[in-house]
Amino acid sequence: MNRYGLHTRPASLLVKIASRYKSDFFIYKDGLEINGKSIIGVMTLAAEQGSRLMLKFNGPDETEACAAVVDLINRGFDE
Amino acid sequence: MTSPETPYRELILKGIPASPGIAIGGAYLFTKEIPRAEERSLRPDEISVEIARLTKAMEKSTRELNKILTFAQQKVGDAKAKIFEAQIMVLEDPILLDAIHKRIGKEQKNAEFIVSDEIGKYAHIMMAAHSEYMHERAHDMEDLRNRIIRNLQEEKLISRLEGTVIVVAHSLTPADTMILSRNQILGYATDLGGITSHAALFSRSLKIPAVVGLGDVSRAAETGDQMIIDGYSGTIILHPTAEHIREYEEKREHLLEFEAQLAHLKDLPATTPDGHSIELSANIELAEGLDYVVVQGSQGVGLFRTESLLIDYDDFPTEEQQYVEYKKIADRIYPNRVIMRSFDIGGDKIAPSMAEEENPFLGWRGVRVCLDRPDIFMNQLRAILRASSRKNLALMFPMITTLDEVRRAKEYVLKAKGELSARHQRFDDNLPIGVMIEVPAAALSAEQIAGEVNFLSIGSNDLTQYILAVDRGNNLVSPLYHEFEPSVLSTIKHIIDAGHKRNIWVGICGEMAGNPLATPILVGMGMDELSVIPSILPEIKKIIRSLTYAQMQEIARTVLVYTSRREVDAYLSEVFKREFPDIPVEGF
Repeated sequence: MNRYGLHTRPASLLVKIASRYKSDFFIYKDGLEINGKSIIGVMTLAAEQGSRLMLKFNGPDETEACAAVVDLINRGFDE
Repeated sequence: MTSPETPYRELILKGIPASPGIAIGGAYLFTKEIPRAEERSLRPDEISVEIARLTKAMEKSTRELNKILTFAQQKVGDAKAKIFEAQIMVLEDPILLDAIHKRIGKEQKNAEFIVSDEIGKYAHIMMAAHSEYMHERAHDMEDLRNRIIRNLQEEKLISRLEGTVIVVAHSLTPADTMILSRNQILGYATDLGGITSHAALFSRSLKIPAVVGLGDVSRAAETGDQMIIDGYSGTIILHPTAEHIREYEEKREHLLEFEAQLAHLKDLPATTPDGHSIELSANIELAEGLDYVVVQGSQGVGLFRTESLLIDYDDFPTEEQQYVEYKKIADRIYPNRVIMRSFDIGGDKIAPSMAEEENPFLGWRGVRVCLDRPDIFMNQLRAILRASSRKNLALMFPMITTLDEVRRAKEYVLKAKGELSARHQRFDDNLPIGVMIEVPAAALSAEQIAGEVNFLSIGSNDLTQYILAVDRGNNLVSPLYHEFEPSVLSTIKHIIDAGHKRNIWVGICGEMAGNPLATPILVGMGMDELSVIPSILPEIKKIIRSLTYAQMQEIARTVLVYTSRREVDAYLSEVFKREFPDIPVEGF
């Protein structure tokens, strides 16, 4: 996860990328289920450093969707 | 004395000064009732009408917010206007919209109720986070929810006001502050809010006096009530007596006159009649303050609080973003100097959701954070170095406690220089490096530290509170906080002497530097630089230009002999009454 949490800009980037795929994308944190294509949902995740998130992809292009999102996270949201 | 036609009693309320200025006028009670989202069941045949009603309200909300965004961009700049973009993005969130539509159909409930419940859910999660940033976002979401519900109920928010008024409200959202400022607003007074809140930031940008944190001004005041707002001291007077009105009219006139009188000092140096020159510079937070600094006749910026960038960015800005900001400041002030203070976060200052501490003032703050987070620190050092290419920047580190920290921080600077050289980027290889002396340990080892740096700058607020072991924010002990305690004064003298022994200059950038009463003491002790808030700068210059260095040395010698702050106070007020009957010195 981005070191300082998911603020507005990275949140909108994540939503934009996830929305390119047909597959459902859910993020789980502390028992919450957040739709990864929802900006208001992802904004609530502005998490402290080191937060653990679980990502779940489900659909026809789940592998590609997962790769794209993980790539964005690994790139540090292009910060 | 109350005039016979008003049956009201005068009421004085104290709050937090959020934006300076004095205004006298009629109150306008801005009651934005939180629209009620009562639960109502729908018949199946009403669902489609309800969805259409919702769509219309959402569209109207988007139009309103776009208007506010454009207005904010013009008035306060793109960076600060960004917070409205987040609200617009949420209005267009397809998942949220879909969830609301589905629930209206499935639960057969009215749109107000479902919108309120659905957005409220997210606001609630944001509110539960341990971060000021997330709390602000939660308020944004609540504001958005209220906007949609208001539009569903087709209620008009009255934002066009008649005449010039002082707006009184329970709280003001950034959107409220923006939209209301299209009217002739004399001032803002609110029950809630701290000085860092966006609404306060906006009123400062708009140059409208504001007092926040007044408790219950919105219950005490009614539209049309006569009131006085003093944004310098954070005072509100409702139903002021004729006497108070006259007093504040005079105060306002006096300040205006005094400002005009001081205007001619603008281009004159801060030099005593016997030829002793002081470097008089300004403290600034955001780049927007720069024009004002130049107008006030400053010789430069003695403290740029780089952490103020964190208000505009959601996150730590990148090296490139910081470079652009720092360069803008360096160029605007050129050829004068700007002292950039590395991020001073923690304590009572904004810390973006990094740590929760039992005792933040003795915790992870200032240079301690930077040394533990080389990633943050190096980004900033490279940005500052790059902005230093015209050789008018200096760098200083806050919250230095030990000599070892100074050495480690300097190693990072060397490393950053190496990286920039490898990238063939230009910087000032002789960038002066200094430290803030605000921890008693650093004050005690000031001479050793002075041997490692190019200058010392005294942070009098923290130094005073650490020496006296008093938390200024704690009402039980805050009266014990005073810069004129003999222990504080002699520590300051010790620091100045330590710096001079090592042939480096010593400055001060805390509130004490901007306290006119302290000016003769500080200059008389040998302080080389005073960095003050821009609004007070001409006044301090006037004092420096009025008393001789010999007189000020005598004043400093005298106060250093006193054994209580009461003696210091009494002596200084007598000196000021004699020398500067004009200067509006606040009571002790």
